Amino acid sequence: MAQIFKPSANSITAVALLGAAIGVPTIWLALAGLSRSPANTKVNVPLNQPVPFSHQHHAWELGIDCRYCHTAVEKSGYAGLPSTETCMSCHSQIWTNSPLLEPVRQSYETGTPIKWNLVNKVPDFVFFNHSIHIARGLNCNTCHGPVTQMHITMKGNSFQMAWCLQCHRAPERYLREDKTRPDLSPRQQVFNTYWKLQTDGIGKMPVREQQLITGNDSSSDKAEDKAEGQELIKKYGVRVQQLADCAVCHH
Amino acid sequence: MQNTTSTNEPIEPNTTAVEEMREQIQGKTGKAYWRSLEELSDTPKFQKWMDDEFPNRSSIMQINRRDLLKFMGASFALAGLAGCRGMFLPQDKVVPYVKAPEEMVPGKPLFYATSVMLAGYATGVLVEQHEGRPIKLEGNPEHPASLGALDAISQSEILNLYDPDRANIVINTSSPSTWDSFSKAIKPVLDAQKAKGGAGVRLLTGTVTSPSLLDAINRFLAIYPSAKWHVWEPVGRSNVAEGAKLALGKALDTVYNFKDAKVIVSLDSDFLSPTANPGSIRYAREFTGGRRVTGYKGEMNRLYAFESSPGLVGAMADHRWPCKAAEIFGVASAIAAALGVTGIDGSAKIPAESAEMLALVKDLQAAGSSALVIAGDHQPASVHALVHAINAKLGAVGRTLQYISPVDGGVEKASDLQSLVGDLNSGSVDVLCMIEVNPVFDAPTDWKFAEAMAKAKTKIRLGIHENETGLLVDWHLPLTHSLESWGDARAFDGTVSIVQPLIAPLNDGRSSLEFVSFLAGRLKSGYDLVREYWKIAGLGADYEKAWRTAVHDGILKGSASPPVATTVSLNPSSLVSPKVGSSLEFNFRPDPSIYDGRYANNGWLQELPNPLSKLTWDNVLMISPAKAKELGVVDDDLVEIRSKTGKVKAVVFIQPGHPTTTATISLGYGRTAGGVVATVTNENGKMEGGGFNAYLLRTSDAMYFTEGFEVAKLSGQFDLATTQGHQPLEGNKVSQFPGDHREIILDYTLEKWLAEGEAIHKELEESSEKYKKQNLYPEEIFEFKGAQWAMTIDMNTCVGCNACVTACQAENNIPVVGKSQVGRHREMHWIRIDRYYSGSEENPQVNWQPVMCVQCEKAPCEPVCPVAATVHSHEGLNQMTYNRCVGTRYCSNNCPYKVRRFNYLNYTDNQKQFDVRIDDTKTNVRIPLLKMLNNPDVTVRGRGIMEKCTYCVQRINDARIESKKQNREIKDGEVITACQQACPTQSIIFGNEADKTSQVARWRKDPRGYLLLEELQTRPRTSHLAKLRNPNPEIKTAEVTH
Repeated sequence: MAQIFKPSANSITAVALLGAAIGVPTIWLALAGLSRSPANTKVNVPLNQPVPFSHQHHAWELGIDCRYCHTAVEKSGYAGLPSTETCMSCHSQIWTNSPLLEPVRQSYETGTPIKWNLVNKVPDFVFFNHSIHIARGLNCNTCHGPVTQMHITMKGNSFQMAWCLQCHRAPERYLREDKTRPDLSPRQQVFNTYWKLQTDGIGKMPVREQQLITGNDSSSDKAEDKAEGQELIKKYGVRVQQLADCAVCHH
Repeated sequence: MQNTTSTNEPIEPNTTAVEEMREQIQGKTGKAYWRSLEELSDTPKFQKWMDDEFPNRSSIMQINRRDLLKFMGASFALAGLAGCRGMFLPQDKVVPYVKAPEEMVPGKPLFYATSVMLAGYATGVLVEQHEGRPIKLEGNPEHPASLGALDAISQSEILNLYDPDRANIVINTSSPSTWDSFSKAIKPVLDAQKAKGGAGVRLLTGTVTSPSLLDAINRFLAIYPSAKWHVWEPVGRSNVAEGAKLALGKALDTVYNFKDAKVIVSLDSDFLSPTANPGSIRYAREFTGGRRVTGYKGEMNRLYAFESSPGLVGAMADHRWPCKAAEIFGVASAIAAALGVTGIDGSAKIPAESAEMLALVKDLQAAGSSALVIAGDHQPASVHALVHAINAKLGAVGRTLQYISPVDGGVEKASDLQSLVGDLNSGSVDVLCMIEVNPVFDAPTDWKFAEAMAKAKTKIRLGIHENETGLLVDWHLPLTHSLESWGDARAFDGTVSIVQPLIAPLNDGRSSLEFVSFLAGRLKSGYDLVREYWKIAGLGADYEKAWRTAVHDGILKGSASPPVATTVSLNPSSLVSPKVGSSLEFNFRPDPSIYDGRYANNGWLQELPNPLSKLTWDNVLMISPAKAKELGVVDDDLVEIRSKTGKVKAVVFIQPGHPTTTATISLGYGRTAGGVVATVTNENGKMEGGGFNAYLLRTSDAMYFTEGFEVAKLSGQFDLATTQGHQPLEGNKVSQFPGDHREIILDYTLEKWLAEGEAIHKELEESSEKYKKQNLYPEEIFEFKGAQWAMTIDMNTCVGCNACVTACQAENNIPVVGKSQVGRHREMHWIRIDRYYSGSEENPQVNWQPVMCVQCEKAPCEPVCPVAATVHSHEGLNQMTYNRCVGTRYCSNNCPYKVRRFNYLNYTDNQKQFDVRIDDTKTNVRIPLLKMLNNPDVTVRGRGIMEKCTYCVQRINDARIESKKQNREIKDGEVITACQQACPTQSIIFGNEADKTSQVARWRKDPRGYLLLEELQTRPRTSHLAKLRNPNPEIKTAEVTH
């Protein structure tokens, strides 16, 4: 009976086995890496918009409060996007001839809304609520990155579930308050941060606030910070166990 | 309808086994409960069918192990890609307003008060609206016909609004046209009529209660004094008006006050059902309010029912006599004679024994003014007249009922359809304007309406759908939905509601008010017309303020009709006794879901299981088990019903408790036009439902019941989709330890409960303790200081009306699956109302038991999920995480309550016409209609996902966030689940069990409370309260008691 396998089969087997041993994990890791890379998550990828709106200019340089445009952020799950009318409340007076603002004027005249490209998004099966996060004193930048430094708005964090759980499992690492302003509620402190940025400049802010402004992770593993976080958990009545219940975000 | 070879062999009730079973029941000390006749006979074949959660699986997909592994491999390989969605999904857009509307916060719903109409009568609703998009109807607590609850049909109006089949453009003899062309074409026609006073003009509408529309009709008739207005309702209330005329001298409406009623006798009246009475929600609330028992104390009213067809009232009755509808006159006469109403001959043969009648009359007399006798709307005028005399004799007028001038504006002013047919045939009608009616389909056959209508020169119809009548007219005009238009309407007690639009008209429609005003030469918007009417009619000193208040509240406060003082003067010789024959009596009834056929295009209603039969998608020839035996037919047999005027093919359905002498046929099925859902068919091998047209058998001399039809058995059978026996609780078959099972249903008589309640409760407690000791699981120490959600359902007050089922469907984006899928046990309703019979099959007692996920503390579904998609929350919810579910269905297999539903075929996206979009001509946007219906707070589930009730967790989350923002705990009553909200009888209580002062905590401690399948030690968070009955001790019942 003729041999089924030629001698070369030995080498082919060896190469194939080696290929599989290296190749499968490589592809697997590559896919895993890809799914976490900005190519997929769009973190820090600037997105063209019909109007090149600059958060840096409006929110930092001009010092317009976030809530001037995102009116619902304290009340509702959605932060809300400004209507064309909101833009026109200033731009009917200033930069009235700017070609960059042509789409805004067009929209206002024709009554057709501007179609912006969506930057921050969670999947449809996630029910995120802005208002409760603001009520707990979580700064906008905690999730949205260095918004006040963005000329073109981009995503600050991946919004993948593992990222959410960093805080939902250990909120003490993120919760903090401005001890110098005990008169302000956590909600007010959120926006006071930007006020301080405007009046005092970034240099005079505490380290963790600086981290926020520059878009770095503002969590802290320092014992005293965590102790402060624990205090706040108690004060706010946060039920930490419950924060990671599925139905808190998925229903 | 053609014969089909069924993949599912029919299960015939084994008659000898039924006999044996009956003997067994007789001998048993305990009470036996059963869900269907098949269960009573308990054949091995049925046993197998019952044990299988999803029978007929092998016919669906024959897949071998190797193929399965291949598919699995492919899915795993592709699963990795799902994580990289961001790379290939298109860029999402976000579109803010140009000018943001006032008061609206994106993401927060707004609620507006308005009303929806069922056959003209208003029920107040609050409409939940998200970003300008109405998504759900809830009851308006201030409205007398709603009291905060809402029936299934009214709730389904929201689906009617988004119905893709609605007439959307003007049609002129089957070609598209415009309103402008219509008004140009109709002007010379109307002008010509003006010369002769409008002698050739006829207006045909349904019941009109709207004051402004009545005013518009009057203005129209003032311009065309010789024109005539006709009213046609297929299941109208003309007998009520006629009966009032006989006894009270003029047409008056009766409004009941069940609050003060201690003894109630229903003469074929299904006053708990919205299809039978426009005040049903209020009546259900008041009626059950008189039956609430807390602890070991309480009183209950007593309900006697004579029924020609099983309905909700018979199911709630303490004593029930099945009888012919024609025999009701005899019963009324007997009661009247026994009470001493002069000149009444009470000697007719009646279904109840004389001793029983004696006891009943004694009970009525003892209750005196707290007694109430109520006749069904379909009963002949003579019965109504007798009932007026009886109530007057009892002194009930002014206490348990009062008379008001008729709410129906057509009673005095309009003529009936018959006279219109006469005019049409005599050729004297030139212009026929119809609003929303469908007489070609639903008029009695002997009037031959279609032929008569053809003789009118110009036929115009304003309607929601282009239906059977719509196809035969010259001009078909789109009508706006009540959620799109301004108007007003009155409730059963006369209360006026302002109807306000929630959304701009989706189609190019006009409201009836606008249309009639247009005919009268007033081209104005509905808003102006309604406001003008009320300005003249007068709302109060400050008109603007009063108007705003009325629109805001949804009702005009204090507008209920005042009681009319009247005396009963009954001339006994004017009463006509209906002929009682010896053959089978056929009863025509509006369908419990689709009414007279006008809701046939509503998938929610088509798929809503009928309360007693649990039938979906079809109508049937419903008969009693004994009659079936006599006719030699079994369930699903095809028969032909022959009358003098026509014949139809029907399917037999055997209904326990159905009077042996009668048969019931639901009207409204067998539609041939009016939308995709309405015209689904069982023809040509398509098994989609649709039923048969019972109107073909209905003649003007016998509108509601008749004898003399023939029933002939045809060869072959036909599959019906009935959910009875789907997802069964296994109850008495599950016994881990010998002798320790507990019944799924507990019911007692009031007498027994008051006397021995404490002992019964003690016994229950002891068995609970025993079960706890037998528990194999370790006692977990579970500490969480937050809310602990729980629910209690009072089976004593549940009337089985299905309002909760539809409320859940609307709230939780539950799809419609279609008849063939229901046939495979794949209906998606998260709530099912189990219906248990006990006693004999001729006249069984009925127990309703709503069952949704009971949120077991030790849930058997959780440990078997391989991907942890169903886990417990700290607040005691059995969470279902859809995005994690991979669809193994292990959880459902392991669920003893069978409350999980699996989405087999991507039901939402595959719903008929889910992709239909309409063009908004103004903004050039294509609107996907059915997508607009979805609740944005609940995930729309796709294929391969298990889903179930989680106590409306979206509402819990919303309340929790709001309370946390205000630094407080959630208040009792702050979270109301959709089912609880809709329940007309407030039988569902939900709340935080950890808060010992909450209502749910109190209800859970009620001694009548028990846990379903407690022997399994799953620790359900939903408990049920045992049912109580209040039979007259002087009447012996066939019931086998404990």
